[in-house]
Amino acid sequence: MGGMQGFGPVVAESHEPLFHGDWEKRALALTLAMGATGQWNIDLSRSARESLPSAVYLGSSYYAIWLCALEQLMRERGLADADELRDGQMRTPAKPVARVLRGTDVDTSLARGTPTERPAPAPACFAVGMRVRTRNMHPQGHTRLPRYVRGHTGTIALVHGAHVFADAHASQAQPPFMEQAQWLYTVVFAAQDLWGPQADATVQVSVDAWESYLEPIA
Amino acid sequence: MHPTHPHDQDHDHSHLDEMELRVRALETLLTRKGYVEPAALDRIIETYETRVGPHNGAAVVARAWVDADFHQWLLQDATAAIASMGFGGRQGEHMVAVANTPDLHNMVVCTLCSCYPWPVLGLPPVWYKSAPYRAKAVMDPRGVLADFGVQLPAATQLRVWDSTAEVRYLVIPMKPARTEGLNEQQLAALVTRDAMIGTGLAQEPASVAGGR
Repeated sequence: MGGMQGFGPVVAESHEPLFHGDWEKRALALTLAMGATGQWNIDLSRSARESLPSAVYLGSSYYAIWLCALEQLMRERGLADADELRDGQMRTPAKPVARVLRGTDVDTSLARGTPTERPAPAPACFAVGMRVRTRNMHPQGHTRLPRYVRGHTGTIALVHGAHVFADAHASQAQPPFMEQAQWLYTVVFAAQDLWGPQADATVQVSVDAWESYLEPIA
Repeated sequence: MHPTHPHDQDHDHSHLDEMELRVRALETLLTRKGYVEPAALDRIIETYETRVGPHNGAAVVARAWVDADFHQWLLQDATAAIASMGFGGRQGEHMVAVANTPDLHNMVVCTLCSCYPWPVLGLPPVWYKSAPYRAKAVMDPRGVLADFGVQLPAATQLRVWDSTAEVRYLVIPMKPARTEGLNEQQLAALVTRDAMIGTGLAQEPASVAGGR
């Protein structure tokens, strides 16, 4: 959504509560616990959320989006059907899942997280200070290259090692999820290069880009 | 939400009731199927309601303010420095700390969704996850700061970090004036959540005491 116009000012709710209802807490917990079953990965989760119809996405609160996407992920995999989701009554047998998160597992599981760094398959193509151009790519599926930087020239600011490539990770519907490790870079752009000469000359913006998003400048 | 009309209030209530019913049905179903364990759900909620929150990040910032070696470590290997204080894990596996200076102000956003450094800041506020911030931060960060009532000198460089992968960013705000003699705990109390996102500045001691 970077650079989209017409959304108005940022308005912060004063003394905003952490959750706006008990259902939001449960939606968060259910999403994390179902994610722990291993039937999808975080990139598939994100892909499911952003694949919701635009009207649903833009018109829904944050945890409502999570809920819709969770239901979608489960329906797709036969973990629950529409009738079951509607009333909570089990009508089909449970499918086997790789693991179930126990109460006693939560602390260690959250503390471990899911690191994405992996051994590098090859030397990095780029180094800090190099100029690169982001590809003018518009894939149908999930990608983490925002539209507002596609086809723009920037500079490598940081090199993060090789990380699981999200686009490929999200393209596999079922486990086991093959991982493709690619070098990950922070690429910084001048606002005037992104938004035009009228943009604020004091602003720079970066994204974190996998190597396959980038091409060298001759 | 502040409904001003009885009809609006009914509509809001019925929508919320619908979500409550829907989530309860889902939780019942998933528990019956054996996919989730209620004790795990409760522990997850408790973790983010009570243990993991911006007070963690504030402690990290305060330490960086008083300990120059820690500050350096934080800039070189934020994941390790933050882990040394007992914080880490989910959505903070790969941390980078970015320091504000008189010449440079940092701001963090996730234009694609809502990526946020949970272990040090807890769960993100609604505005961070909403369209106005996600759209505006990368195009008009000064305008965002104005929305938050913050004005920086015209010459200050603005550096916006769009968290598009699994690297998570923590802004180290500048130590406020008139804080000599405050201990680490007192300093941590001045570090606001918004200051660690980059939409605010750390508070001066007088404002916390309420005298202005």
